[in-house]
Amino acid sequence: MVNKKNLIPLCLIPLCLCLLLSCGRKKDPARYDDPGKPAFGDMIITGSIGEPSNLIPILSVDSASHDVASYVYNGLVKYDKDLIIVGDLAESWEISKDNLSITFRLRKGVRWHDGRPFTAHDVMYTYRVTIDPKTPTAYSGDFKLVRKAEVLDDHTFRVTYDKPFAPALISWSVAMLPKHLLEGKDITTSPLKRKPVGTGPFVFTEWVPGDRVILTANPDYFEGRPYIGRYMMKIIPDTATMFLELKNSSIDLMGLTPLQYVKQTDYPAFEREFNRFKFLASVYTYIGYNLRSGLFKDKRVRQALAHAINKQEIIDGILLGQGVEAMGPFKPDMWAYNGNVKRYDYSPEKALALLKEAGYERDADGVLKREGRPFEFTILVNQGNVVRIQSAELIQRRLSAIGITMKIRVLEWATLVNDFIDKRSYEAVLLGWTIPNDPDPFDVWHSSKQGPKELNFIGFENKEVDDLLVRARHTLDRGERKKYLDRLQEVLAEEQPYTFLFVPYSTVALHKRFKAVEPAPAGIMYNFIKWYVPENQMRYRSNAAVSP
Amino acid sequence: MLRYLLKRLFFMIPMVFGITLISFAVIHLVPGEPGALEAEMNPKITKEARERIRSFYGLDKPLYVQYWSWLTRIVRLDFGTSFATDRRPVIDKIKERMPITILINLLSMGLIFIFGIPIGIYCARYKDTFLDRFLTSFVFAGYAAPTFWVALLSMIFFGVYLEVLPVSGIKSYDFGEMNIFEKILDVTRHLVLPVCISAVGSLAGISRYMKSSLLEVLRQEYITTAYAKGLPESMVIRKHALRNALLPVITILGLSIPGLIGGSVIFESIFSIPGMGQLFYFSVMARDYPTIMGILVIGAFLTLVGNLVADVSYAVADPRIRIG
Repeated sequence: MVNKKNLIPLCLIPLCLCLLLSCGRKKDPARYDDPGKPAFGDMIITGSIGEPSNLIPILSVDSASHDVASYVYNGLVKYDKDLIIVGDLAESWEISKDNLSITFRLRKGVRWHDGRPFTAHDVMYTYRVTIDPKTPTAYSGDFKLVRKAEVLDDHTFRVTYDKPFAPALISWSVAMLPKHLLEGKDITTSPLKRKPVGTGPFVFTEWVPGDRVILTANPDYFEGRPYIGRYMMKIIPDTATMFLELKNSSIDLMGLTPLQYVKQTDYPAFEREFNRFKFLASVYTYIGYNLRSGLFKDKRVRQALAHAINKQEIIDGILLGQGVEAMGPFKPDMWAYNGNVKRYDYSPEKALALLKEAGYERDADGVLKREGRPFEFTILVNQGNVVRIQSAELIQRRLSAIGITMKIRVLEWATLVNDFIDKRSYEAVLLGWTIPNDPDPFDVWHSSKQGPKELNFIGFENKEVDDLLVRARHTLDRGERKKYLDRLQEVLAEEQPYTFLFVPYSTVALHKRFKAVEPAPAGIMYNFIKWYVPENQMRYRSNAAVSP
Repeated sequence: MLRYLLKRLFFMIPMVFGITLISFAVIHLVPGEPGALEAEMNPKITKEARERIRSFYGLDKPLYVQYWSWLTRIVRLDFGTSFATDRRPVIDKIKERMPITILINLLSMGLIFIFGIPIGIYCARYKDTFLDRFLTSFVFAGYAAPTFWVALLSMIFFGVYLEVLPVSGIKSYDFGEMNIFEKILDVTRHLVLPVCISAVGSLAGISRYMKSSLLEVLRQEYITTAYAKGLPESMVIRKHALRNALLPVITILGLSIPGLIGGSVIFESIFSIPGMGQLFYFSVMARDYPTIMGILVIGAFLTLVGNLVADVSYAVADPRIRIG
């Protein structure tokens, strides 16, 4: 029978098991400060919350798929570290005098990972399959504007548009697909969606579902063989776990939250093994007002709210300093950014003065009222985004100080979009936009974009803005385009259809053995093929010798 | 007996049908659609492209048409193709996730029974002693403590601080280059934490069942008789009491069959185990209807089978029920 004597050993089994299984992990050399010499080999392990869904990029919308695909494929053009468009598979390009057509000269001698040469016919195929109505892609929009696409010879490709279209050039940065493997087949069932074949710096090697994706350096890459021998994306759905894996040095690269960046990674043991980088993220957070509702029709009210909200307090308190104030729809390190626009410093007095002009008076209890009705509204925030929810709470406090009641309602994303934003039944939202590298905010601000599912859901209508947007997107000259965009930012700053809140920093931790990493407006990954690990600091040696 | 079995099996058909109907309706009530979630609010995705994706998935048809086409496929055991952009057959997705979840659940169930039953017996036999109270508090603490918290603490302790066990995942990065012995050791090392922690949470249930059922039996008159005829205590408990006391445990065993394939979402996410719970969670988040329905149907079927197995095995084990 079970008694005390044999129960205790029973409890010890798990403990013994742990000890038994513990084979001491090798400690890496403590010093990674020596920059060493570039050498081929080693592996980088990154963590991803989500699993890629489909490695044919035109068929997927998730960031994990696009991350992996960006190493496997190339576009005709790409952004350099300062977000300037440079050639990728295209050696050069010419824009015709009338600004209507672009002629791409493609690199010669580029080969697909299976050895077949890359030609203009592949570009043609990529274009055709993207606009094919049978292809369930979300990215056909820009290509639909093409009037004519032609293959002039194996290495020359020309597209012609009906109107000059500024975002046209960068729309050719989409991944080029191999015609010889896809043509005549149903792209949605192609094996390439799980075993991609591209022209990029890394060759697809293995995908263990739910666990990892492995890529191997392409020794014949046209810009030179990458130094890092392998790339592994580990799927770790829980961010807390991912952070532990990072601390454990089981992964090499991970985006950090402000809290992790400022408070949880500043101890010597971590700093001995990791570098931390920060660069402005391509997103901004804003409050959007439903301009159809009477409450926010008056420009002075919106300006008053901009004065009443303390943006710096949000950045310091919630982002722990890891962000900058947003003034408009672009971020400060972009060429299109105009820093010279009307600013709204935090000032409850100015806010109250403006509100007074707009007809609001504070009553005996300090409540702001106009025609007997108190200034009250509800702001919607999406569930799960802690930064936004906390920002809303700080704003709530600031507004209540001047007598405005703001209620916060947290909603699940799909509900927020389908039941409130799409039906226009909201007063204000606290959300964020991605800032595309190519500055064409047409869809967000043009008055024609107010239909269902369209992005100007706040109902912003301004003749001058409409005109500027159209001019900007049909001008290929960057200097002229900037003139229009500068003015656009001035008008938006004056009108305050949104209260632009902040642009956060992207903060990442990267293992110290990786050298040649240089943060730039484009982030850190733009020169990934130039990263290297000095011979004596390599960690995953067994993989170094593996060739594709 | 055979007639009873057939009758039960027959009644399962409308049940499964009803379950699928309700599930299908409920998931479609949730706002948001496949593909739309991430494409939502993306300036690069035009309205037209969105419509194209909808019709590709057949979402532009009325709900009953969608249900009917799903139903006609499922009766032929065709689970359809996932709505996730990978467009893989649902059955493949489930098949590749199933083994690891079953393995972990079997191991942890093994642990639960190996530890839970003796703890229950001990606590019943030595009721109200110090060790009984200690064990009871221990299993209840394990039950009450949130799994994710215990999991994270153990990951920090064993993984980051002691560095004796891997933090998450089921294979090391160099798994492909290991020999068979190293592979087994590697997977075992990865499984220690998930299996032990999921077992700790369930010890309470089984040990309490065991304890109360044994206590119940020990109060019976035939036990007194057994003692009275001078049998040693161990004999009384093992031969007379335990056999009867174990009956409810059989029921629990049967009822845990569906649990074998249902992975815990939180648990699998924390340990990055690519199992069923994760698949289900990601499918729900992506509104991948065919995959959600596939998992639900299998789950519903196994629940019903589990009930049946529990009833039947109970009857097999206990002559009173068989005859009565």
